[in-house]
Amino acid sequence: MATHELPYIAAIEEAIREEMERDPSVLYFGQNIATHENDPFLKQFGSDRVRVTPISETAEIGMATGVALAGYRPVVELYMAEFMLVAMDQVVNEANRFHYMSKGQVTVPLVLKAGYGFTAGWAGQHTGTIYGMFMGVPGLKVAVPATAADAKGLMTTAIRDDNPVAYFHHYLLTLEHGDVPDGEYAVPFGEAAVRREGGDVTIVAIGWMVDRALAAAEQLAGEGIQAEVIDPRTLAPLDTATILRSVEKTGRLVVVDQSTRHGSAAAVIAAEVAEEGFSALKAPVKLVTALDATIPYSQPMEDYLLPDEAKIVAAVHEIAAAVPA
Amino acid sequence: MWRIRAFEERVGELTRADEVHGLVHLSVGQEAVAAGVCSALRVDDAVYSNHRAHGHAIAKGAPLDGLMAELMGRAGGVCRGLGGSMHLVDAAHGFLGATGVVGGNVPLALGSALAARLAGSDAVAVVFFGDGAVQAGIFAESVNLATLWALPVVLVCENNGFAEFTPRSAHTNVERVSDVVAPYGIERATVDGNDVLAVQAAFAPFLAGARRGEGPFLLECLTHRLRGHYEGDPAHYREAVAAKEWQRLDPILRLQRALGVDGGGEEAQARADVEAAVAAARESPFPDARLSQALVYA
Repeated sequence: MATHELPYIAAIEEAIREEMERDPSVLYFGQNIATHENDPFLKQFGSDRVRVTPISETAEIGMATGVALAGYRPVVELYMAEFMLVAMDQVVNEANRFHYMSKGQVTVPLVLKAGYGFTAGWAGQHTGTIYGMFMGVPGLKVAVPATAADAKGLMTTAIRDDNPVAYFHHYLLTLEHGDVPDGEYAVPFGEAAVRREGGDVTIVAIGWMVDRALAAAEQLAGEGIQAEVIDPRTLAPLDTATILRSVEKTGRLVVVDQSTRHGSAAAVIAAEVAEEGFSALKAPVKLVTALDATIPYSQPMEDYLLPDEAKIVAAVHEIAAAVPA
Repeated sequence: MWRIRAFEERVGELTRADEVHGLVHLSVGQEAVAAGVCSALRVDDAVYSNHRAHGHAIAKGAPLDGLMAELMGRAGGVCRGLGGSMHLVDAAHGFLGATGVVGGNVPLALGSALAARLAGSDAVAVVFFGDGAVQAGIFAESVNLATLWALPVVLVCENNGFAEFTPRSAHTNVERVSDVVAPYGIERATVDGNDVLAVQAAFAPFLAGARRGEGPFLLECLTHRLRGHYEGDPAHYREAVAAKEWQRLDPILRLQRALGVDGGGEEAQARADVEAAVAAARESPFPDARLSQALVYA
């Protein structure tokens, strides 16, 4: 497959632009998305399809839900996952339930695009990793790309999906370059990616944590411990089968998640494996998550709270040591 | 209006007999708003409602059988028992739905209006909400966005002076909903919501404007919710309307007096249709429980 190198953020935009080219029903809304007449999206698609909205997330998402009910495919740019919280009623009480509660009479093919996890001194309300709040919302899908290629592929799938999708892109991955397939590229939901193969321990990692996990795996390899790193790519639907197959092989699981512990996807994944993969486990499942605190401003404090390579390695050591190799 | 009245009164009885299960909000007394507005609409006009939605659904053309079966949780229900009273959807008739969270429906109507404009259609969107929804932030956001984009949507407020269990004066200092939206400069009117002819007359120019692509519009209908907020509400918080006073206020009696007709035939037909719907609903089986998983995702 032919590829071109793009930063993660450009890969997302490429997906949106190419889908808008292919499908005239795709619309793009958001605050500040087209601040001048030379904005590329505005120039290419016009002000009917590309609309700037006022700071009113509930109305933006509600309106987008209504336009989706009428057969269009809106992408709503929310910038920060926290801003989606302003409109929770529309996300978890309206958009997600229409298809089901109408016995399938209508669909809501809506994409809510929101960045998260920007632990770069933006603190508290602009920094959380809150996808855990959206897992388990019936009818809502959750995508968490960790590479530029997946950023494009998952956005393409999100737009084509007839269900509402919360598409969370990690802000610290914004400028990470990657090889992005040319042309039409869709990554299916519910299929995890094995980023690194190994037989000694399974490390499931989400978003920006994937790179931290791969770095930890390198260090562990130097110690003779081969880690298998799995990137779920979507949290809803969640590919537990791939994770369980890996745990069958390794018997040990560490889940790395930038969320707070009880709000994490890691806790859900751990519970699934504890129930479905219990007989394969040789050690307890370890969660490596942020500490339970709002992300503070001061950098050393921020670093202290977050999962990192050293904490992942330490977690592996804890369970590798539990049973003699 | 008799169809709505007969349906709602029957549902009230069935609720007490627990054949209609769960939380139900009836619109007895408010029929003129639903009838006056929806009688002018087309199938392709999108209508949204709130938790007190049966009347709007009926007025928009949803079948009595399908609605009654839905309220009984049966497979023959418009939503196959998955939605119930507060989540009725009959897309074939342009009734896009009831919603149980106050104000949640208002922005949805903006989306339908936008879709009509993008498609080059003269279809319009109408959203029914109560005076209680007007103080929620989403209302201001929606009026603002609809005004900014000049969307062909008619906001119809059923101002019955109560939001759940408290009078309007406990919710806001602004008595008239039409005054709340005044700063947006949109066309608006306040009308006697128990006079169906007045509702029709007030709605007509707003509908015409919306069909021309103009909007938004707000029609405030002053009305009266004869029963409690929900079925079972003892309604200690207000004085019951005396029977004599209700004779004066009742929208159906008022229309009959205005037209000089008896209405007995209409009533009888409506009650018969409702009874047929009840019989059909009782025959309809409960849906297969596995359906509760199958339709989560499209």
